[in-house]
Amino acid sequence: MLDKVRAIEKEGGFESRPWVNGPPLHRRRVAIITTAGLHERDDRPFAPGAAATDYRVIPGATDAGALVMSHLSINYDRTGFQQDVNVVFPIDRLRELAAEGVIGSVADYHYSFMGAAPIRELEPRARQLAGLLKQDKVDAVLLSPV
Amino acid sequence: MREHTAAIHPPRALWVPFILGRPFGVPGDAAFQHRVLLAVLKLLEAASGPVLENFAEDAPQSEQSGEGFACPVNFGRVAASNDAEALQQEIADLASWHRLAAQKRGRSTAALSGLTPVAAARYVTDFIANPGLPSYRSALARGLALRLACEDLKAYYLESVNAQPGQRAAADAQAWFWRETAAGRTFLKLREAGLASDDVSVRGFASNNLVPRAILHAVAAGH
Repeated sequence: MLDKVRAIEKEGGFESRPWVNGPPLHRRRVAIITTAGLHERDDRPFAPGAAATDYRVIPGATDAGALVMSHLSINYDRTGFQQDVNVVFPIDRLRELAAEGVIGSVADYHYSFMGAAPIRELEPRARQLAGLLKQDKVDAVLLSPV
Repeated sequence: MREHTAAIHPPRALWVPFILGRPFGVPGDAAFQHRVLLAVLKLLEAASGPVLENFAEDAPQSEQSGEGFACPVNFGRVAASNDAEALQQEIADLASWHRLAAQKRGRSTAALSGLTPVAAARYVTDFIANPGLPSYRSALARGLALRLACEDLKAYYLESVNAQPGQRAAADAQAWFWRETAAGRTFLKLREAGLASDDVSVRGFASNNLVPRAILHAVAAGH
């Protein structure tokens, strides 16, 4: 994976450095995007090949216990997730921060990728999600990789 | 990983010193997760960047390295005549622990294939005996069908063993699964059967998504 990142870096693929200052944290609306391959139990499991760039929608009201993980990779720990989904998708913690007024609100929708796809092929999906996040009035995204 | 993040230069990133798969540190420790989450969200208040900060706190030692690992379930209690039988017996021996795990967590993550653990194990051992075995669901390619069945079995074992008394590190539970159970032995045999398959989805699964690299290296080295 690091080789792939370095190759894109060599091509100048990360030279663009967008920087945006937004409202204070207590007014931010926050969504989570994870690459942990999570989805609701009755949603489609992640698959290799062309389907590897797909994402799954996780509604904000989803019970954290309703999520399962079908990531292709077997080279990272799953036992933490099995015990507590918040160790990779901290939806309960985010709701607590919203209740405490630390953040403004939690988004209506969150998103999950598997990540095991050619990096550049993910760009159209990223642009699609950016539009959906704007429609959800989201102005802060928490990226949670595994 | 820190090297990846440094190369990509995202606007704001928090490096955390936890094992892969646990970006918020410690399962079941809301206060710890809260501190990690707040540290990363606070980066939104940085006036200029890119910002790559280090999270200053390690996970508790018990999460990082084991204090010795002993599974109270004695898998050697009744001699099984073959791996398929031994696998089914292990599943039966772990059933009470898995029921407790599901009660404690309010859920089980062994829910991808739609098969019971007994049926998932039977499918895997039947596949090893007969690599032409069709998928248990016509909509699933055989490689994906095997992957989901194996993920469910592994989740069943690890959820069960983590419900047993005592604390254990993730690496210890993994080592136990791969080195001490009939399930681990069966998965290594499934890998061999899958690599010889004429189905590309099965070969891809067996090659890349069944046995962790660290286990393959250890087996190759005779450890």
